[in-house]
Amino acid sequence: MSTDNGSIASETHGSGVADGEFVDPGVPAAHRPRRADVDPKAARKAEVQVAAMFGVSILGTVLAIYGYVTSDASGDDLAAVQRTTMLMGIGICLAMLGVGVGAIHWAKTLMRDHDMVEERHALRSSDEARAGAIEKLKDGATDSGVGVGRRGLLKGSVLAALLIAPLSVLVPAVGNLGGDWNVSNFKHTMWRKGTRLTKDPDGTPIKASDVTIGSVFHVIPEGLNELEHGKIEEKAKAVVLLVRLDPRDLNIQPGREDWSFDGIIAYSKICTHVGCPVALYEQQTHHLLCPCHQSTFDVANGAKVIFGPAKRPLPQLPIMVDDEGYIVAKDDFNEPIGPSFWERLK
Amino acid sequence: MRRLSLTRYHRAAPLVLLFVLLAGITTAASFVQAQPANAEAAATVTDISEGSKLFAANCATCHGLSAQGQDGVAPSLVGVGAAAVDFQVGTGRMPMQASGPQAPSKPVQFNDEQTQQLAAYVASLGAGPSVPDAAAVDPAKGDASHGMELFRTNCAMCHGSVGGGGALSQGKYAPSLMETTPTHIYEAMLVGPQSMPVFNNANITPEDKRDIISFLDEQRNGAAGGLSLGTIGPVAEGLWAWLLGMGLIVGFTVWIGVRSS
Repeated sequence: MSTDNGSIASETHGSGVADGEFVDPGVPAAHRPRRADVDPKAARKAEVQVAAMFGVSILGTVLAIYGYVTSDASGDDLAAVQRTTMLMGIGICLAMLGVGVGAIHWAKTLMRDHDMVEERHALRSSDEARAGAIEKLKDGATDSGVGVGRRGLLKGSVLAALLIAPLSVLVPAVGNLGGDWNVSNFKHTMWRKGTRLTKDPDGTPIKASDVTIGSVFHVIPEGLNELEHGKIEEKAKAVVLLVRLDPRDLNIQPGREDWSFDGIIAYSKICTHVGCPVALYEQQTHHLLCPCHQSTFDVANGAKVIFGPAKRPLPQLPIMVDDEGYIVAKDDFNEPIGPSFWERLK
Repeated sequence: MRRLSLTRYHRAAPLVLLFVLLAGITTAASFVQAQPANAEAAATVTDISEGSKLFAANCATCHGLSAQGQDGVAPSLVGVGAAAVDFQVGTGRMPMQASGPQAPSKPVQFNDEQTQQLAAYVASLGAGPSVPDAAAVDPAKGDASHGMELFRTNCAMCHGSVGGGGALSQGKYAPSLMETTPTHIYEAMLVGPQSMPVFNNANITPEDKRDIISFLDEQRNGAAGGLSLGTIGPVAEGLWAWLLGMGLIVGFTVWIGVRSS
């Protein structure tokens, strides 16, 4: 390491430190001139360096403008778009950086670097100024009638106006929260007895015979695409993952004997942790992984949590097959889907 | 050594180390991403007996002499079809090199003809999906924007929004699709290899599959935004932003604060 980076400690005075006592290091005793201060050649060099940085900035600006002017306006050619983005990015970066680095280098090497002390003036105003201010306040109070028992109507009305003015902002703000307070929205989804399971996104109904072993279907309820209002909200609650396992692998949960059909089983796709869509299905292990926090559910065992932060299994959608062979829901979910909330089991 | 020990306190040392670290990570990532491209499957000219010999010599150890499979070792191949063989053997995943959470794709061990013979043999054991023809997988004939919609719904959760791949549980992963041939993409959807679920023709129709292939093909033209850092997701990009970006800010701060010589 070169010696030009002389440490500050060696320049300070007051080196005698008594045990356990901190001594004010003070400011450097004498001003140490920089190379540019004493050597005209060094000063000239620094000047050239600063000018070079500004030159870099100018080149950067030219480069950015060149990138913009030569850009492919149609945007069809990805390689051209990439080139434009890169040229403009590098150009703007150099344009800004050159000015900044040049200015700082200028200040550090060529401008004065003597320590200067500028005393702060007292915060307290002079006695005359303070007395004058109090006088003026008193005068104003007398003039308006505040504080001497007069003009009760004015005082009352101005207080009332000031107190209720914030309501003009608060009432709409709080009122807008109202929709979210209605937690009953979370307790029901679009699924009804007989609602067909259809493919996301086009809404074609699914036949049981189409669901071969190892298949996974991303499912939305029939009629979702035709909804005029709240389609996204309904979809967010009703999405289901439909899979078919070898019936020998499927460990049907007690009380849910008729909720699945020959190895075809449907679970809510909304994670019971914080509501991400759980959709990373591993066919061989029957594990369903949530991409957000790695909660892992065992599809073969009632979607029980086998890893991760989720607390409850995914709700199961009871399904059956209708007369035409299509898979339909038997009912809505028997519990609220998604993450926990206080009133969940009320 | 002495030189190294003297220069390690140089003020540029942290910067050099940072660059070495980032360069190392990027190089490693590009190796992880590397995927061999390979053989096109042609129409089925059956040479079942040749295939059966190849099978006995290369596959029967695990899958059994009549491809019936062994519990806990290898699945039965009866009924998996020619498409499964063409995918597994054609991407080098089979024969598997070592047991592990997942059979990775590696340099292909058989030539096109042998792969075809193996596929013909396995297809003769039981009906299963066959290898798609060239028109069925031609990206130029697909609708990339419809493919994107399907990809987002069915594939993006594992393979990433542009097919860059991603991690699964316990050492398994969804591979990058950037180098996979259209035929192999089609076959993978059809047969559901390894951890991947099956997307049969009732779920994603052959036309939809071609749309997905078309969408993936579009992604190979590169990203408009600049360097993609392997499209392996926010971790790689975040690492660069934090280490390089924050490092630069700290570097500039130190430079501004140090007295000029």
